[in-house]
Amino acid sequence: MPDRAIAIPDQDDPAVRAAQEDRLRAVWAPPRGLFFKWTDTNNNAVGSWYTLTAFGMMLFAGVLALIMRAQLAVPDNDLVDASTFNQLFTLHGSAMMFLFAVPMFEAVAVLLLPQLLGARDLPFPRLSAFGYWSFLLGSIFVAGSIFFDAAPDGGWFMYPPLSTEPRTAGVGADIWMLGLSFIEVSSIAAAIELIVGVLKCRPPDMRLNLMPLYAWYILVVAAMILFAFPPLIAGDILFEMERLLDWPFFDATRGGDPLLWQHLFWVFGHPEVYIIFLPSIAIFAMVVPTFARRHLLGYPWIVLAAVGTGFLSFGLWVHHMFTTGLPNISLGFFSAASEAVAIPTAVQIFAFIATIWAGRLVWSTPMLYAAGSLVIFVIGGLTGVMVAVAPFDWQAHDTYFIVAHLHYVLIGGSVLPLFAGLYYYWPLATGKKLSDRFGRTAFWLMFVGFNLGFFPMHFSGLMGMPRRVYTYPAELGIGLPNLLSTIGAYLFALGVAVVVVDLCLSPRRKLAARNPWNAGTLEWLALPRSEANNWGVRSVPLVQGRYPLWDQPDFVRKVDEGRYFLPDAEEGKRELVITTVLDARPLQVARIGGPTVVPMLAAITLGGVFILTTFHFYWAAAVSGLAALGVILWWHSMGTGIIPEKAEKHAGCGLMLPLYASGPSSVGWWAMFITMTADATAFGSLIFGYFFYWTIHADFPPDSLPGSAGPGLFWPMLALASVLVGWILTIAARETNARRRIGLARLALAVAAIATIGGGLAGLAGPWFTGLDPGLHVYPAMVWVLVLWIAAHAALGVIMQLFVLARSLAGRMTPVYDGDIRNVTVYHHFLALSALITFVVIGFFPRLT
Amino acid sequence: MVVAIALSLIGGCGGRQSAFSVFGVEAESTRTLTLAMSVAAGVLTVGVVWLAFHAARTPAGRLDFTSGIRVILWLGAIGPTALLTLLLLFSLPRMQTLPVGESDLGIAVDGEQFWWRVRYLPHDSQVVETANEIRVPVGRTVAFALRSPDVIHSFWIPGLAGKVDMIPGRTNDLVVRATRPGIFRGACAEFCGLSHARMAFDVVAMEPDAFDRWLESAARPAVAVAGPGRRLFDDYGCGSCHAIRGHIEGSPIGPDLTHFGARRTFGAGTLPMTTEAIAAFIRNPAVSKPGALMPAFSAMSAADAEAIATYLAELR
Repeated sequence: MPDRAIAIPDQDDPAVRAAQEDRLRAVWAPPRGLFFKWTDTNNNAVGSWYTLTAFGMMLFAGVLALIMRAQLAVPDNDLVDASTFNQLFTLHGSAMMFLFAVPMFEAVAVLLLPQLLGARDLPFPRLSAFGYWSFLLGSIFVAGSIFFDAAPDGGWFMYPPLSTEPRTAGVGADIWMLGLSFIEVSSIAAAIELIVGVLKCRPPDMRLNLMPLYAWYILVVAAMILFAFPPLIAGDILFEMERLLDWPFFDATRGGDPLLWQHLFWVFGHPEVYIIFLPSIAIFAMVVPTFARRHLLGYPWIVLAAVGTGFLSFGLWVHHMFTTGLPNISLGFFSAASEAVAIPTAVQIFAFIATIWAGRLVWSTPMLYAAGSLVIFVIGGLTGVMVAVAPFDWQAHDTYFIVAHLHYVLIGGSVLPLFAGLYYYWPLATGKKLSDRFGRTAFWLMFVGFNLGFFPMHFSGLMGMPRRVYTYPAELGIGLPNLLSTIGAYLFALGVAVVVVDLCLSPRRKLAARNPWNAGTLEWLALPRSEANNWGVRSVPLVQGRYPLWDQPDFVRKVDEGRYFLPDAEEGKRELVITTVLDARPLQVARIGGPTVVPMLAAITLGGVFILTTFHFYWAAAVSGLAALGVILWWHSMGTGIIPEKAEKHAGCGLMLPLYASGPSSVGWWAMFITMTADATAFGSLIFGYFFYWTIHADFPPDSLPGSAGPGLFWPMLALASVLVGWILTIAARETNARRRIGLARLALAVAAIATIGGGLAGLAGPWFTGLDPGLHVYPAMVWVLVLWIAAHAALGVIMQLFVLARSLAGRMTPVYDGDIRNVTVYHHFLALSALITFVVIGFFPRLT
Repeated sequence: MVVAIALSLIGGCGGRQSAFSVFGVEAESTRTLTLAMSVAAGVLTVGVVWLAFHAARTPAGRLDFTSGIRVILWLGAIGPTALLTLLLLFSLPRMQTLPVGESDLGIAVDGEQFWWRVRYLPHDSQVVETANEIRVPVGRTVAFALRSPDVIHSFWIPGLAGKVDMIPGRTNDLVVRATRPGIFRGACAEFCGLSHARMAFDVVAMEPDAFDRWLESAARPAVAVAGPGRRLFDDYGCGSCHAIRGHIEGSPIGPDLTHFGARRTFGAGTLPMTTEAIAAFIRNPAVSKPGALMPAFSAMSAADAEAIATYLAELR
């Protein structure tokens, strides 16, 4: 809009700049005070808490492992009993996976992503805060259970029937299922935040192919979370239905099958390995170029390899089930696919090696960790190829060989790179370097301890030591390797302890210089601590290369003098530049929320639902759920879709940008779309369950059962029609609203709400009136789960329709500022689709078979 | 250091429950595969690590961009693809199962918390039920039918073949052929609850003639010695869970005890066949088998327990 006169501030004038800085400082100031500082939502604060909590969980889960290693040091030991030992290994695995590795990825990404993109914050800071509080609450709940001898004890994979049968599984199973489901919700929240952050919050001109590789990895990993966690959540739902209501999804005597759980678990569980591993490789992708003093060689290769790994990782899950008696033809297929995933991994490793080869390596503590993790990870990767070979896996599966393999992969491919990242990014987070001497000592302790601890396990496994045994007889001859493993584990722990001491001493050390490693990427724009601020970059830069600090002349000075975008906070609001997905053309200046207690309250009330349900306090859980709904509605009505005081503002560099966006150019629309993709994946997993049972039963629905004809056609079709009417009217409301027929739009919304809730109820009426009893057999149970899924989604859809109606009546949604109804329409697209699939399947399918 | 440890461990890789103490055709084929893959993995590890350190020592500018891309292409993409294709061609044929004929011996094994119900199904004679010990004839094909009535277990005899899971509601097959006689050991490999670590069994591979003679004797009822132990067995109601053919029909809830004393161990391969151990087990099974379904007979006098144990140990 160059034809309009814009008052461009004079960035040459130090007084102008100082005034801008004062305003920025005031706007982004963190809340202070013993209580209020916890209401912070800025990514610096939330990311730090998140990282610390996840690190603490690693230490906790590590201590559990040390107790196990003490028990296994000698044959026939009785330091801990079987019950305690089972809790120890279940919680060790579960905590390392769900309370450390995945949250650590989210934590580091929340902390670093805005810096990597030269942004001031993430698009939904309150969502990250909500994710953090959910994670904290869920972690305390799950991890704390061991202090009450109530920890889950069925293994981190919780196979039914061992974990579902009341005879063999106590409250620990519910703590696992519900506590971790709650954490999975927060993981998906973080994934949404990070995907939108990467796609929409890049600095102007940073096209996708200029993104720092870390951002690519975040994108891939967050997308994997989006498709990997929902099958597990679907499994969790079936699992808890069996635990709480005795619906027989995994009970073979009533038509269920324990293998469905294994499929759903490993469709999550295998991508999970790469969800943990890729973010650590991402750290390498930042560390290696810095110390090789050159651009990363083979950037497009790495991107393709990361994306390829992400795709392939969803096609390998059956290699965790090679011994379950599946046909050899499918074993052959999954064996080949599992081996194939080694190829993109090798591409990434050799890209790093080629970069170091072409550059001049500057030796440093982070590189020491990187080198050590390369050695360990290569061994783990190659034993991974070995276990991908089915006949070998038939021997190695569920033995200590696998324990060795997975620790080589996860410690080499995830933990040591995280320590590399810790030594590399500590100056960014705190302004101080960690000690090289401590770092090196710790490294050697860990490296030697690790290999001494885990290498012998390859042998103890093949010599007949199964996993998850609390003791072993002397006659197996595995006493020596086990003793070595125990000594190694304690050496490794000593190394970790040295790092912890180093971290504790850090506040005493002197401040490091700005960009102490002389790196080339945007995160190192961060000012030294002496000029600490909370606003991130002084101005949001225009980025023309992958290493702007190395390649763009005068870059740092221009950023610091506010010569790029958003150098000011004239209106006293926290602002971000929103750009287009592919080319990062500036689209909008978005305003984001500041400190508030709402995310914490939402996490506590929603957590209450999961925790109270665990102990069967259903009424209290319902009250907590209503409170959560109230808090979330309050959050949305006060903090989102705010109509700005003017249509556009000067964003710097002479560019005028709108302050409001709706539909696909807004971040909210993308968040809804991404959320619903995850939701649809969970729904798809339930549909998969329906057809899975069909494939294993000769008659499905079974003839012998009352109501074997299914829920009939009348109710399902009525339900479908009703949901579709609600959907069409929602679209009509969006269109009429946009055409300024506000009255008509409100009427359409009101009728749509009635139709939608009618659809949900008619869906429930089908199995109800045909007398399908979910306790009798898996068929009625499956039908009930599907109609309940639709009914619950219809209920949420109605709440959204009424919310939009209320916003319209309150004058907070107008024909121009219509983000709310556009987002809600996206929800109803997905609802209509899942209703279509559900009611066609449950209505027509029984007639075909 | 790693190599030193590896060598010292390989030396001691024997043992009755080791994938290296091979006595079956599958395990033998897998051992070859294991050794070949381990050597290849070792060579590749050393190669990659050497290359990485070579790269680190090379001054800047020695490797130009095009050569760098070639490193990624050949070492990262083409090389691994070729190696993995070879591996697949080498390994897929090893997945084939042995053919089973009508006359081959079938053995149905049920994994139960925390023991093994074993039933021999010879094609020409009656079913023989026993528990916690499996005998196989050398040189003959044997087809296992593996099931579980409670939770998932996994049937693993490392020296004979790979493991196969026992899953409620399903029957899985495992076909094996032993190659040499000997006494070996198998164990449950899938976590199945409190006493998962104490769920093993003896495996005895026998010459075919000896096996046939043994199976005949196993089919016969027990030669139960009359005495206080036999009476106490009835008085304490042991028959409500255990059968002893020739003494009491019993109920099939717990392990069959017909030729109990002829087994090498009891308690699913975990306890020595001595009267002291048997008596201690009867009075409090949870000490050695936490979570076992058998109730504790803690009120039983030491003398009674001793008498029952003596009686059981004599059941041959």
